Amino acid sequence: MSITGKAAVVGVYEHPLRWAPHKTQYQLMAESARGALEDAGLSIKDVDGLFTSGVGPMGIVSLAEYLNLTPDYLDSNSIGGSSFVSHTGHAAAAIAAGYCTVALIVYGSTWASDRFAIGTGGGVGSDPPDQFEACFGPTTVGDYALVAQRHMHEFGTTSEQLAEIAVTMRRHAALNPFAKFRDPITVEDVLASRIVSSPLHLLDCCMISDGGGAVVVTSAERARDLKKKPVYILGAAEACYHTSAGCRDLTDAAAKQSGPKALARAGVTHQDIDMAMIYDSFTITVLVTLESLGFCQKGEGGAFVQDGRIGLGGELPINTDGGGLSSNHPGMRGIFLVIEATKQLRGECGERQVKDCRLALCHGTGGTLGLRHSGATLVLGV
Amino acid sequence: MAEERKYRKPIPRLDEESKPFWEACARHELYVQRCRRCSKIFYYPRAVCPEDLSPDLEWVRCSGRGKVYTFTVTYQNQSAGFRENLPYVMAYVELEEGVRLLTNIVGCKPEEVRIDMPVEVTFEDASPDISIPLFKPAGT
Repeated sequence: MSITGKAAVVGVYEHPLRWAPHKTQYQLMAESARGALEDAGLSIKDVDGLFTSGVGPMGIVSLAEYLNLTPDYLDSNSIGGSSFVSHTGHAAAAIAAGYCTVALIVYGSTWASDRFAIGTGGGVGSDPPDQFEACFGPTTVGDYALVAQRHMHEFGTTSEQLAEIAVTMRRHAALNPFAKFRDPITVEDVLASRIVSSPLHLLDCCMISDGGGAVVVTSAERARDLKKKPVYILGAAEACYHTSAGCRDLTDAAAKQSGPKALARAGVTHQDIDMAMIYDSFTITVLVTLESLGFCQKGEGGAFVQDGRIGLGGELPINTDGGGLSSNHPGMRGIFLVIEATKQLRGECGERQVKDCRLALCHGTGGTLGLRHSGATLVLGV
Repeated sequence: MAEERKYRKPIPRLDEESKPFWEACARHELYVQRCRRCSKIFYYPRAVCPEDLSPDLEWVRCSGRGKVYTFTVTYQNQSAGFRENLPYVMAYVELEEGVRLLTNIVGCKPEEVRIDMPVEVTFEDASPDISIPLFKPAGT
């Protein structure tokens, strides 16, 4: 069974707050849900499929309770920041299968105001690999830095090329009134910022913010009668890469497996994609993801991100909202990829609108590239 | 006891699968596993082969030699045991046996570490029962 074109994103909402010490996580989720349902012209009573992540093991049931919902379909697939990209694909499949009719995908986080050191804290988990890793001081930044160092060694990628990604995201953020960091930066600024974990500088890293967002998905048939132009879900795929029992090539990302599948399922090629939302936890995440998705050859990512190619007006504008590097990153950014891509495809992006935007690709990366991570690719179109 | 308190990094919580590995580390010996059925050598230790799920495994004593596959010098980590020891070098080392493991490079200045640099294992005693396999420049 193909899901192509059977379901559509019909409502999106990005919570405008980046700092919300006066709000709770569930409040941010509920406010985001309200916004996305209003955007769709639907009511909370229409929702019969619920999707979330970033909550506790039974958190989705607590969320249903908070919203006083008794959904027919529940999915709290938790694969890191990519979870919500994955949920959107799952929602399309559930709708195509008739398991639910209106899916609400929702996220909220107060990690910034909770002072949670996502990137540079530690902690020991209880999964099998933890006893072979935690004692060596892995941080989120450090785990990605391992990939950046190897990429530089193998392919001659430079800090200047990585910085170009941060500079481009900041330029886009200047056009997004809700973005947290909007003042322009230069390559020199990135290189002059302190090293957090070599070779990654502070400005190679995403921020930690509070935030929330929601996406509403329904059948293509029902979508046609709703308020906004339907944004069809054309293809989806996911994958995970890990240490491969001690043999993994660190310069490949899970996008290498999920990207070609999602494009093939959508029946489109790289050249057809008008804009992309590429999870930018770090500059290196973007570079490796673009290579793994196949937008350029492996090792050529450094050259690809230069000369304005990934900026507005370029060949493949990415992260037009400013991304996690400059707009927001409450810990798990996947939902914002789907929200911004949807707004672009509807033509609602004002100053940062990509011209004639018909096809968008979202790719979420969850976990850490250097240890283990998930990848979820989604192709959306109008 | 005083020495135990001094070690503030997370101490590995060993289990039935990893016990032989950590017991060997306590003797300052490094082991990986090999599947007797498919010959795959793998790391981290587990009860079944990650290639064919065979339980028929053997422990292979490593030479302790390898080279740096990649590394990062970490300047910021809020966690106990690390914040007092900044900067430190975290690395994947590729062992002569062919598998890579996460570790720290010690015994040289962080700025001296390079990819492909030859290294050899050294052990840090975290507690009377647990020693951590670290790597230092070969021949030092």
